[in-house]
Amino acid sequence: MIEFELSNKIKGARDMVHMVAEQMMRPISREYDEREHEKPWEFMKSLWSVSGSSNFGDDKATESTGPRESNLSSCVTIEELSWGDAGLYLSIPNAGLGGAAVLAAGTPEQKKRFLGRFKEGEPKWGAMAITEPHCGSDSAALQTTAVREGDQWVLNGTKIYCTSGLMAAEKSDGFVVVWATVDKAAGRSGIKSFVVEAHTPGMTVVKCENKMGIRASDTAVIVFENCRIPLDNILGTADVQKSTEGFKGAMATFDATRPLVAASALGIGRAAIEFTQSALEESGVKIRYGINAAKQTVIERDFMDMESDLHAARLLTWRAAWMMDRGQRNSLEASMAKAKAGLAVTRVTQKAVEILGPLGYSRKLLLEKWMRDAKINDIFEGTQQINMLIVARRILGYSSKQLS
Amino acid sequence: MFDLEMTEDQRLVRETVASFARDEIRPISRDCDESGHIPPALADKGFDLGLIHSAIPEDVGGYGEMRSAVTGAIVTEELGWGDLSIALHLLAPRLLAYPVIDAGTPEQKARLLPAFTKRFHASAAAVVEPRFDFDTLSFATTAKKSGASWVIDGAKCFVPLAADAETLLVFAQTEAGPDAFLVDRGTPGLTIGEREKNMGLKGLATYEVELKKVAVPAAARLGGEAGSDVGKIFDRSRIAVAGLAVGLARGAYEYAREYAKDRTAFGVAIAQKQAIAFILAEMAIEIDATRLLLWEAAWALDRGEDATRQTVLAKRYAATMALKVTDNAVQVLGGHGYIRDHPVELWLRNARGFTAIDGLAIV
Repeated sequence: MIEFELSNKIKGARDMVHMVAEQMMRPISREYDEREHEKPWEFMKSLWSVSGSSNFGDDKATESTGPRESNLSSCVTIEELSWGDAGLYLSIPNAGLGGAAVLAAGTPEQKKRFLGRFKEGEPKWGAMAITEPHCGSDSAALQTTAVREGDQWVLNGTKIYCTSGLMAAEKSDGFVVVWATVDKAAGRSGIKSFVVEAHTPGMTVVKCENKMGIRASDTAVIVFENCRIPLDNILGTADVQKSTEGFKGAMATFDATRPLVAASALGIGRAAIEFTQSALEESGVKIRYGINAAKQTVIERDFMDMESDLHAARLLTWRAAWMMDRGQRNSLEASMAKAKAGLAVTRVTQKAVEILGPLGYSRKLLLEKWMRDAKINDIFEGTQQINMLIVARRILGYSSKQLS
Repeated sequence: MFDLEMTEDQRLVRETVASFARDEIRPISRDCDESGHIPPALADKGFDLGLIHSAIPEDVGGYGEMRSAVTGAIVTEELGWGDLSIALHLLAPRLLAYPVIDAGTPEQKARLLPAFTKRFHASAAAVVEPRFDFDTLSFATTAKKSGASWVIDGAKCFVPLAADAETLLVFAQTEAGPDAFLVDRGTPGLTIGEREKNMGLKGLATYEVELKKVAVPAAARLGGEAGSDVGKIFDRSRIAVAGLAVGLARGAYEYAREYAKDRTAFGVAIAQKQAIAFILAEMAIEIDATRLLLWEAAWALDRGEDATRQTVLAKRYAATMALKVTDNAVQVLGGHGYIRDHPVELWLRNARGFTAIDGLAIV
């Protein structure tokens, strides 16, 4: 039955995470925006201890009981964490996107070996390394190689834009999932993903990027130079099949992760909207719904546009997650949600800065930061344009050859 | 728990109305626009769907079914997909029947509702006023108490089917706020004007209505002594309008999508060009997004929540979306979109009407 009420379980998780966002993230939000590359260790450690085995913020790595709603639940809690601070949210120790890849394509043994560690010990991070200096959206064009030598794979290449790459590769006992080709001539079919344990010789973080926003989160450049890993660290089969099933399987990870990224966008957008509303109310401006358009002010209209744009994105996001929880294929809906949310949060935060003028532009307040943080959602995990392309192919029934 | 699955009943209703829209409405849509006339036979077929009398209480001859705004949104989407003029014509009797069901006195129900259970029964509400700042919270048309009567003064426009309606539900401002009155045809001072000529919605007969010192008895006030909560009526109207907008837009999107797959340029289907493909993708995203906003607002209404904010946001989002989607559909067809051999220009003209048809409470 069509219903929009969240379950009590999700609401409970949301309320708890909201407290974390309000009490632990907002107070240090500006500090770690200004002090890029410094690590909020205290925050990271306390999040690691409170999340414990539930690994919250990204509970994909846990098995849930009862009605399956772990994806929806993640979307709701991630929105709260990003409401607190999107950069700090991304820096929370967990299996992250690397974990999502292991979960999607790993054997039961691999899941245990790589994901078990997130339930115990010191804080750990999992990261995903796909993008290379010369290729981003076109991940099939990547050039990092994996060559089999005896009972090892040898990786060579350079990866960029690896979120939490520093934490996963060098500052904890985590891992990095690396996309590499075992056969360049095979194109997409040759692309496989490999798990590289932290501290593996030959894997070096050479730089962390200086960014416009989400500065509390490290974005690493990782060089692989004759980096040797065990044979059974490949996710899925090593066979280069004629078909592109392996690549498609890897891309299917995005069906799960895109709604989560969309959810993060929603949190930033909501922060901006709430801030705008309270700043307006302090100045005696109240939004009047249901009056004639001719009587509304431009501010009222802009504000309503912001609200509905963001909420429309939220419902598309929840739909994509809800489908995932039901085991339905959701590539179309996941890309719809990501495309809409990235665009909506970009528009909403920019409009908020515009409406509030000096309050919006000043670094004394957080709104200008939210605008900078927001923009990444239109870029990572598939740019706006890539997601539109995926939506277009799906609704038209076109292959990537027919519509490129 | 969050769920987007329709009930079995909702699926059945949707399928029934969708086939009606496809088999009965679409084939005559262009003719109705050109001739300005909707065949009475179609209205009777529409009546057989139970669009009106299913919600009328059993003791006055209806089916007494529970009304759901969510189901209403599903139904109006399918009718809007068929044709907006015809949809509004078929639903116009609800403009009187639903407020009477919701807020009428027992006497008002017994007097007015049975006629809606026999066959298509033209009736209407006079809501919209011919002024740019028309406002459902504050009508320019006034109703003043004079002894035992109410005296109504003002001008209305965009009153559908007014020439055939036996009774009009007239919205007017009293000292206490907006209110509604049942005004019978022939009441002195009530003049049904010429049929209006509109840019779109040309199949739908709409009229200007003038009220000059129209005196009605106290019992003609909707809800009698108690009056009625007019705000609630308009919350529901926004759901209906948004549902129609989603359906209209979906029709335009589907048409443009299929055209773009057929039409070739530079050796490929134009849909294979990103410039076209991205327009279609945006249409698909926005239609789905609007439907979800609307369902959520409808769901809140069904739970009895104060959903004015949600219905306002859903309705304005839907109206903007429908205009953009139909405009883009014309754009995808290019020159062909501008020619009346294709339906997209009609849909664009109709979509522009969503600003005018605010206040038609039909869900």
